[in-house]
Amino acid sequence: MSTFVDEKPTQNLEPFKGVKKVPHEEYYTSGHRTCQGCESAQIMKLMAKAAGPRTVVLGSTGCMYVANTSYYATPWGVPWMHTQLGSSGSSALGAAAAFRVQMRKGFMKDEPINVIAFCGDGGGADMGLGAISATMCHPDYNLLILMYDNESYANTDIQISGTSPYGVNTSFSTPGKVKRIMNHRWKKNMAPLIMAGHPTVKYVGTISTSYPLQAMNNVRKALSIGGPTFIHCLNPCPKGWDFDPVLSFELGELAVNTGIWPLYEIENGKLKLYGKTEQIASGRFKRLPVRDYLLKQGRFAHFIDEDIDYFQSKIDEMWTKWLVPGIIPLQKEIDADNPPSR
Amino acid sequence: MATLTIPVEEKKKTLEQEALITGAEAIAIACKLANVDVVTAYPIRPYDTVMQYISQLVADGEMDCEYIVAEGEHSQFEIVKHASACGARVFCGSSGVGWMYAMEALTVTPALRIPLIAMVGNRALDDPGAFGVEHNDALAVRDLGWMLTWVDSAQEALDTALIAYRVAEDRRMFVPLAISCDGAFLTHSQALVKIPSQEQVKKFLPRYNRGDLLLHPDNVISVAPQANEDWVTEIRRQNYAVTEIACDVIREVYADFEKTFGRKYGNPFFEEYMTADAEVVLLGMGTMSTPVRVAIRKLREEGKKVGFVRLRWFRPFAGPEIAKCLERFKAIGVIDRDFSFGSPNLSGVVATEVRSAMYTGSSTRPPVIGFIGGLGGREITVPDVEKTVEITFEAAKGKAQPLTQWIGLRG
Repeated sequence: MSTFVDEKPTQNLEPFKGVKKVPHEEYYTSGHRTCQGCESAQIMKLMAKAAGPRTVVLGSTGCMYVANTSYYATPWGVPWMHTQLGSSGSSALGAAAAFRVQMRKGFMKDEPINVIAFCGDGGGADMGLGAISATMCHPDYNLLILMYDNESYANTDIQISGTSPYGVNTSFSTPGKVKRIMNHRWKKNMAPLIMAGHPTVKYVGTISTSYPLQAMNNVRKALSIGGPTFIHCLNPCPKGWDFDPVLSFELGELAVNTGIWPLYEIENGKLKLYGKTEQIASGRFKRLPVRDYLLKQGRFAHFIDEDIDYFQSKIDEMWTKWLVPGIIPLQKEIDADNPPSR
Repeated sequence: MATLTIPVEEKKKTLEQEALITGAEAIAIACKLANVDVVTAYPIRPYDTVMQYISQLVADGEMDCEYIVAEGEHSQFEIVKHASACGARVFCGSSGVGWMYAMEALTVTPALRIPLIAMVGNRALDDPGAFGVEHNDALAVRDLGWMLTWVDSAQEALDTALIAYRVAEDRRMFVPLAISCDGAFLTHSQALVKIPSQEQVKKFLPRYNRGDLLLHPDNVISVAPQANEDWVTEIRRQNYAVTEIACDVIREVYADFEKTFGRKYGNPFFEEYMTADAEVVLLGMGTMSTPVRVAIRKLREEGKKVGFVRLRWFRPFAGPEIAKCLERFKAIGVIDRDFSFGSPNLSGVVATEVRSAMYTGSSTRPPVIGFIGGLGGREITVPDVEKTVEITFEAAKGKAQPLTQWIGLRG
């Protein structure tokens, strides 16, 4: 069987075997201006550390551009380039194509170079979805698109994005005298969307900065497996979610423990749940009530019991009715969706 | 007799060939000769034929490049932008609203100092949907740092594409360049074209060298970090500096082109036709030169001293040279295949620019009458041109004329 797909070798990055084995070198260092407790900056740092020095990063517009990379104060220890809000997919494709052709023609030393496009939920799940989708269809190029998700446009004063949770208070969805709930949308299920829509993609996964070693190793796996890959990372945001920065780590854990944010990898089409998510799915861990997660955040302070119950019912549905619990929202039998009155 | 033993394939490498090809095909061949590394395509008429030809060249093994079909023009231009930042020679293109769909990418490309070469198959903007020629698409980027040139034959298209890479990739420049080809009239019209050999092109066009701006692990740089009132003025001033030297660089490259290939273009910025003794001239861009030349020959037989100046380079706009050329005449009629609604005197873009150049660059300031016509792919006919000449002669006699007039307009 012959194929015209021309795969190039990758760097084959082995997983770090424990926190103490993680190298000291940082490729995302001082110079940024992110908030205290910023988990989005955290994943940027972990990603750079995991990828190592033979890497090029394309940074989409977003809070992690504006707050991170100021003129004359760049924190980047690997080459980095700004890319437009909706261009993470195209930028990675362009860089990977340029390296590949120049190596083939002998204009550049032949070596595997990690190409990572880093985008937010606004850039990735909203504006740049088309370009990411197109890029995921090109099996010849090795690249990773890492979408950090603080569930809002956090650079422009916190506005709802396609991944904002139901009912959330943002500057485009503030509760008012008549309407308590302004965001009626349910969070976009990005990783399964990428996987289901692009069958040749070899690696898609979710991560959380509350599990840093695992997050780094998943980045290393995504960079090593070859072809275009996609990772979706949930990042609690003290400013946008309105909580004390000391809670960043805990909220990341709570998102997983309540079943709101499932952790999994889909490697060559095979789904593997990991961490607490795996324990939830196998019945060894009982999901915590979503109330514990929601009420720690000012963005849900307007929720009344009805809203919390609705949120809980949607999460319960994810785990009890979905064909692949927590991941694929197909149901054997469709139940009516009854949001509370507004 | 030794020369006879050289195989035909070997001969092809060093000898110029001649072929009957379209403007789009000519540019595709130029891309092959320039050994372009990354090409991105997306369909829209009429530019897209160039991508059909390139696709075939790749499939036939005649051209080695990454040929990527994007999911929209925005991605199409973003992909090559990043590829160029990583050291690759790139080619892209579009038409009409496709070009406008890429507008964000078009905006950042000169700001990032990316020497992208694009072909614009000039097309009317929607609405209504129309695929005939109009120049407003390419002209939309005129203030952003793009170089813009209009060609009027397949030969000029091929030659200009090679010149374009030399100019844009010059380290002093590093800005994108769009080659405008009138939709259908040039993109799809065949003509005999002299195709230079690979060896000649190699001599003329050195390898693109991104230098210290290369995005590569060996060169740890941050490209386009965020800046505001602290540095943006200085960054813009650096890009402005390119425009100060652009005309000189273009002159150098044309001179070298002539030396290498033996084809002469004279003044790079505009071409004069029967202007030596002309009292009035018409001025325009692109393939309208054909009906204009025919009309001028006819009017000359009637004893009317009229000439034509075809503008080749719109950006940079060689203001002082153009003003100096035009001040010899008693009146100038500018034919715009575009519009600039609400502009001073409500004229088209070219007429407005010519007046602006004349205001400072000419001591005589002859009247400049603006004509708008040939929109949506409508032909500019010989009678249309005759009418513009008649009006321009009236202006030359000192009889006041409306400064903007539509030609070929149906009642």
